Amino acid sequence: MYQFLTGPLLWLSFLIFFIGLIVRVVWYVRGLSWQMDRVPYTKHVSHGVKGALRSIFFWLLPFGTRRWKTRPAMTILFFVFHIGIVITPIFLLAHNIILRERWGISWATLPGPVADTLTIGVLVSALFLVLRRVAFSEVRILTSAYDYLLLAITVAPFFTGFLASLKVEGYLFWLYAHIISAEIMLIAIPLTKLSHIVLFFMSRGQLGMDYGIKRGGMKGRGLAW
Amino acid sequence: MPEGSLCNKTPVDTMEQLQALLSDRRGVTYYQEMDQLDVNKKALATAIQNTCKSRIRTWLEICAHCGLCADACPYYLVNDKDPKQVPAYKIQSTLGEIVKRKGEVDNAFMQYVMDTAWSKCTCCNRCGMYCPFGIDMGIMFGYVRGLCFAQGFVPWELKIGSGMHRIFRAQMDVTQEDWIETCKWMEEEQEDDWPGLKIPIDVEGADLLYTVNAREVKHYPEDIAEAAILFHIAGENWTVASEGWEATSLSMFAGDWAACKMQVETVYESMKRLKPKRMITTECGHMYRATVLEGPYWAGYESGQPPVECIHYVEWVAEALRTGKLKIDPARKIKEPVTYQDSCNYIRNGGLGDVAREIISYVAEDFREMSPCREHNFCCGGGGGLNGIGRYRPQRDKGLEIKRDQILATEAKIVIAPCHNCWDAIRDLEEVFHIDISWTFLKPLLLSMVEVPEHLKPAED
Repeated sequence: MYQFLTGPLLWLSFLIFFIGLIVRVVWYVRGLSWQMDRVPYTKHVSHGVKGALRSIFFWLLPFGTRRWKTRPAMTILFFVFHIGIVITPIFLLAHNIILRERWGISWATLPGPVADTLTIGVLVSALFLVLRRVAFSEVRILTSAYDYLLLAITVAPFFTGFLASLKVEGYLFWLYAHIISAEIMLIAIPLTKLSHIVLFFMSRGQLGMDYGIKRGGMKGRGLAW
Repeated sequence: MPEGSLCNKTPVDTMEQLQALLSDRRGVTYYQEMDQLDVNKKALATAIQNTCKSRIRTWLEICAHCGLCADACPYYLVNDKDPKQVPAYKIQSTLGEIVKRKGEVDNAFMQYVMDTAWSKCTCCNRCGMYCPFGIDMGIMFGYVRGLCFAQGFVPWELKIGSGMHRIFRAQMDVTQEDWIETCKWMEEEQEDDWPGLKIPIDVEGADLLYTVNAREVKHYPEDIAEAAILFHIAGENWTVASEGWEATSLSMFAGDWAACKMQVETVYESMKRLKPKRMITTECGHMYRATVLEGPYWAGYESGQPPVECIHYVEWVAEALRTGKLKIDPARKIKEPVTYQDSCNYIRNGGLGDVAREIISYVAEDFREMSPCREHNFCCGGGGGLNGIGRYRPQRDKGLEIKRDQILATEAKIVIAPCHNCWDAIRDLEEVFHIDISWTFLKPLLLSMVEVPEHLKPAED
């Protein structure tokens, strides 16, 4: 069972994950049209690249934009959630041990308490993300079951992985649940709006180019993010 | 009745069509016919297939439904935070549905789309700045307007407006003769006060080619005279074009892309014909947006640039003040508190916020910024064509409240509004709410304080 879950099934999940995301990016770039989008992507390249990078950078910086400054609670939720999701699995000691056993490679790892804190951060912020979907009318009107499903898919590997790491009773169950839910997440990413893990950069970069080239960027004043 | 005689999918290209629409008072018959108008689902599906590409589809798909765009929208704020005014909801429930249903939508739905695209969004693009993904719903509603226009679901005034551009290459029924006569008339009017003042028509190779808004010709020609006087004082080598003199685009508000192309090409032709060093627009926001920022794409210029360098009126004023072509009499600077209405079309979408402040530093002693301001300012409440649509007057007037409160908070008595739409909205705001403010373009303001060189003054008798 373990061999199958972490063997062929994991390979398949990663295959879908990487190929799917590459397809997403290629499809996005191929679908851009200078005339329809009214942005001359291939002209004024330095303005365009500068605009795109600024746009991405400031939005990845906590409190880097006016939006992040004016909504501090959401900003904290957002960054705790996303930093935990990205950092924890990549730098988790347990994951690195598996990598070393299989391929003989590994990299820097997080101390246990830090990994635990990040994971709890993901779980708690996810809870608040659910609560704000219920509590705030401007979020409620946009929310459907699909949003909760995606949140569940995202959080499940962290919840199950955390329990497995605690070596609670039924360790094997939580371990298998962790592997399966993580594989579901990997597969879901390119197939759902979780594809924003790459499309965020595309979309932000696109609007950054728009402002960097056309909407004021060439007047020396791009958008004040 | 699938197609009405007034409300139909055919754009207005003839005087007969235009007259028929104009004689339908307030579009009463037009909107009655709209209730019967069929949706050409196949054409709608094809249009989406061909024009709704990865940028917009990605925006629609990855929207995280987080609601962070809500308070970016003035209509959400001013309508007691009505969730139906959340930008993401507005776009998902209109364009999102059309895409999802592949064009399988009915008349009632299209009317909802039309009402949303024109009365709940002025395409101010503010929401795009507040979305972590950079999802710009203003851009999408501009696109939606095009879909609506092609299906005949467009507000009556804007069907007329785009028809005006198609017939007159101007936003109003002003012919080339009317335009030239008005220039001559304004020139003659100034003879006594400004000896030697000219409104040069069709001069090749001038430094500046000045373009106007047809409403100036039709309703306040003194604006043209004021422009001429200021150019005269500044010693500019300028001209206007006999053809391609009008650079606005109600067709952009209407979503009539074919008319946008026709209109902007006549302006570009005049640039190519007269070869000015630069083109300068009058104090109009959407004119700058249409002819300078968006027009090159309609006309198919891959560089995204118009044939010659184009500047907004505020850029010229700042430059003239900076270089001393226009000198302000310090004693006549405005003493009262004054504020500036940042136009979405050339401040947020054109990056001219600093230029506007530079002007203010020369003309006002007590300047008060609105909050928010510059790129983050709220729409005046009348943008995107909303000022002119009778059907949505209540929604427009409601939207003005946010601007009223912004202005009141500054305690300014004068609002400088170098944009026709903003100027109109603020005038209407004063009519509706009586908050005791005045509003002005830059031209009359500058004329009230500019130093006139001795040699330009009329000789004493």
